[in-house]
Amino acid sequence: MRANLQITRRLVWSGFRQQSTYRLAALGGLVANATFGFLKVAILFATVRAAGGELNGYDVATMSAYIWLSQGLLGSVNLHGRSELTERIKSGDVTIDFLRPLNVQLSHVASEVGASLFALIPRGLPSIGIGVVVVGMAMPDSPWPYLLGFLSVVLGITLGALVVYAIGTSGFWLIETRGIQSLYMVVSGLLAGLFVPIGLFPTWLLAFAEATPFPSMLMYPVDILSGRVSGVGSLRLVGVQCFWLGLTWLAGHFLTAAGRRKLEVQGG
Amino acid sequence: MSPIIETQGLTREFALRGRGLRRTRLTAVDDLTFTIDPGEAVGYIGANGAGKSTTIKMLCGILVPTNGTVSTCGLRPVEDRVKLARRVGVVFGQRSQLWWDLPVEESFRILASIHRLPKTQEKARTEELVDCLEMADYLATPVRQLSLGQRMRAEVSAALLHSPDLVILDEPTIGLDVLSKQRLREFLVDERERHGTTLMLTTHDMGDIERLCERVLVVDHGRLAFDGTIGGLSRTVGAQRVLVVDLAEPTPDLVDVPGTTHLGSESRGLQQRFAFDAEQLTAAQALAAVSQRAEVRDLSIEEPDIEDVVRRVYASSR
Repeated sequence: MRANLQITRRLVWSGFRQQSTYRLAALGGLVANATFGFLKVAILFATVRAAGGELNGYDVATMSAYIWLSQGLLGSVNLHGRSELTERIKSGDVTIDFLRPLNVQLSHVASEVGASLFALIPRGLPSIGIGVVVVGMAMPDSPWPYLLGFLSVVLGITLGALVVYAIGTSGFWLIETRGIQSLYMVVSGLLAGLFVPIGLFPTWLLAFAEATPFPSMLMYPVDILSGRVSGVGSLRLVGVQCFWLGLTWLAGHFLTAAGRRKLEVQGG
Repeated sequence: MSPIIETQGLTREFALRGRGLRRTRLTAVDDLTFTIDPGEAVGYIGANGAGKSTTIKMLCGILVPTNGTVSTCGLRPVEDRVKLARRVGVVFGQRSQLWWDLPVEESFRILASIHRLPKTQEKARTEELVDCLEMADYLATPVRQLSLGQRMRAEVSAALLHSPDLVILDEPTIGLDVLSKQRLREFLVDERERHGTTLMLTTHDMGDIERLCERVLVVDHGRLAFDGTIGGLSRTVGAQRVLVVDLAEPTPDLVDVPGTTHLGSESRGLQQRFAFDAEQLTAAQALAAVSQRAEVRDLSIEEPDIEDVVRRVYASSR
């Protein structure tokens, strides 16, 4: 158990270190995030104002917090659906993954989580900085939401990596998975609350979103960090995240076991 | 002593997508039965597409056999993959197991922790490998900036870091220059002497086989076509080397050099070609014998082409 934890830590660190070598890409990502952030400011602020300054519990300051926190997490939570696993199945490099005395799911997820944690530094924090300094946003004044919020962010990032891994195992059967990836990108963004907070959804769509793991990836960490949900409510959200974490881990585990039997790596 | 590798009727088929929805089956490995004992050094050769890599992937539990059984290090590869991975080191010449963006030494550290090496063992083994393969100069360089020769040495080290009982090298010298090849071969010979490692090697380079292996398995269209010693292989196919000499002045054909067969001359005898059996005559002896008869200005040795060897094995086994 201790050895496993140590290996996991090492893999997370390797992902973190790898990601840290792509500094220019991180800057590019930040610029894109910020641009879309200002676009969201224009649209969602107008919406709140049109509703008379308050909309489903959001005013301009809390909406700003939602926008800049969610934009900041965009570089870390996998809502694009690209998976290292499918690429490695396609190229045959997955051979190397199976050669290691490691759980393949664990190693993929751990290094993606590491890379995502790094992205919080050049993309997450500056985005929140823009929100605080340039636009102004509501922030909780007790330490609790920040602490639980950070835990929730880590859970959300891990969940994203697990979901994309599980979907990525389709590569064992399909090889070409670009269609699935595009579908994931559209659906996950919407249901995770990237475009608008899921609190603004019509009741039926909200119920549908809550029956998927996507809000746990982005919306719930943002709700906790911004203090929109607090106390017992925030613990409940973390509980929901853990539930999805367990479920998607199991799904990925069994899909890997089944997919391995389908694996065909010819040549090389 | 129980064998370290044992296969029984090992078979693997792949589905091939043909035109439209038509699918055909390709048998990459066909009813393969062989055993390898601990400490042996075995060359596993065959033409492209003969099924070499597929066999190796089944030995390591990466691919699931369609039929037959395989046991590696006394384990069932597919079921005991993780356990087996601690005892086998594999280099696939075409794929990297290093962390592309990180310094070489960082990859070694990650692998050491994956293999749960104790700190002292990690340090000693890393130092040994860095020393033997002369990697000290580029340990801090990111893998993506290494030359091919440097990277191959790092790959081999990565596969051997956990001191595996069984080392499988799939095309380890592909694309390497003569010097890098030589260095890698010397290292592998040393490594076997020191640790008694079992070695299985696929290659397109006859030189690798001659310098590293005692036994050869030849596979053709997924089937075993030859299993025996290097000497036996030479006898079976008459694998001969060719000595090409450039002479100082035009010379009549030197047909009387002992132990060689005169193959032909060019430019009025300025360049002559001799075949000789490496088992009976060294290249130096052949050269000396030629030098007694004419002044040699330049020379080269042509090694038998592995594709050619396989073709001849196949022809002689019919």
